[in-house]
Amino acid sequence: MYEFKYHRPATVRQAANLLAKNEDAKLVAGGHTLIPVMKQRLASPPHLVDLSHIEGLDGIEIKGRSLVIGATAKHADVANSATVQEAIPALAYLAGLIGDPAVRHKGTIGGSLANNDPTADYPAACLALGATVVTNKRKLKADEFFQGLFTTALESDEIITKVMFPIPKKAGYVKFRNQASRYALVGVFVAKRPSDVRVAVTGAGADGVYRVTAFEEALKKRFSPKVLDGLSVPPEGLNSDLHGSAEYRAHLIPVLARRAVEAALGKS
Amino acid sequence: MAKISLIVNGNPVNANIDPRTLLVQFLRENLRLTGTHVGCDTSQCGACVVHLDGKAVKSCTTLAVMADGHEVKTIEGLAPDGAPLHPMQEAFREHHGLQCGFCTPGMIMTAVDLVHRKGHELSEHTIREELEGNLCRCTGYQNIVQSIAAGAKAMANSDLA
Repeated sequence: MYEFKYHRPATVRQAANLLAKNEDAKLVAGGHTLIPVMKQRLASPPHLVDLSHIEGLDGIEIKGRSLVIGATAKHADVANSATVQEAIPALAYLAGLIGDPAVRHKGTIGGSLANNDPTADYPAACLALGATVVTNKRKLKADEFFQGLFTTALESDEIITKVMFPIPKKAGYVKFRNQASRYALVGVFVAKRPSDVRVAVTGAGADGVYRVTAFEEALKKRFSPKVLDGLSVPPEGLNSDLHGSAEYRAHLIPVLARRAVEAALGKS
Repeated sequence: MAKISLIVNGNPVNANIDPRTLLVQFLRENLRLTGTHVGCDTSQCGACVVHLDGKAVKSCTTLAVMADGHEVKTIEGLAPDGAPLHPMQEAFREHHGLQCGFCTPGMIMTAVDLVHRKGHELSEHTIREELEGNLCRCTGYQNIVQSIAAGAKAMANSDLA
């Protein structure tokens, strides 16, 4: 790891000032992506701004018809929160699938979203549920937030403060894990919302998380796994690597989508 | 350099360290608490698991400066020196839950955290799921799982947390 200066701001405003003042400064909260990357010397930020001691940034609450999760809420907090389990059980389930117990004690939802790893779980939930990512500057809809592999709409001095999830009528997530890394080889999140259905896929798209509109339209007519019978996705634009070919991933997507609908309907 | 103050195994510790220092390095090299091991060094194997504010974390993926103001417990802190072993340690001894022993400190710290979270009656399935982040290359896990189930029960009748 290369040298850096460590900062521990007490407020989001202080953190934003530190980002603005120090070029190439990086935010850290749980550190479970950034620290390994720094150890490998793939990143060498001269300044680290630690968000994990900012009070009130890790809250979980219901506001109106939304579930609001603070940026530094840890995966274990989300997985075990009675509020999340009641409002969006699929989201609590998803958080409990990330990494392992020790990783879930440190990793945060804000960190996962800001990193936008193409095999991460949270991006699928945000996109399918139509979440809004709130920063110190503005509100970003999930559809505009995710912009490709490890790329988001965030500016260099912008800080995620919370994520607002509109509470769906039903939702389900099914993850097909890579047997070694336990990351999603493919993960499908299905959300039946008051006015529409959204289906988001992680792990598969060459540009990261994306929606399958053909599935959404079919499921909007009738929310049943059967309506997906015969529907497929093309392998073009999907990842092909040593873990699975694009064709294999394309095969998994409708299979997992059907299972996710079953999960949303409480059938699995 | 960065000044840090934390509690390690119940004792206050003050140090002036390079911010790059990993928590596991600080424990092993500065404090000579070498029970916590470095296995994979990539947050996969769990040999470095310690408790930070009572929760299992991977100390190879935590900066020591991030533990400033917090409380750390390592395998050395489970039972006082010279006293009988912690019930989870005793269960690993009794059920032969180790061969080479390299992964054992992390296994035990993970197991104790698991008991704190999920109680004293743990199914084999739960234990195997919860060991996802701890790798053992010797035992095939069979005896580790038995040890944890027995240790969890024994902890119910122990003063040691």
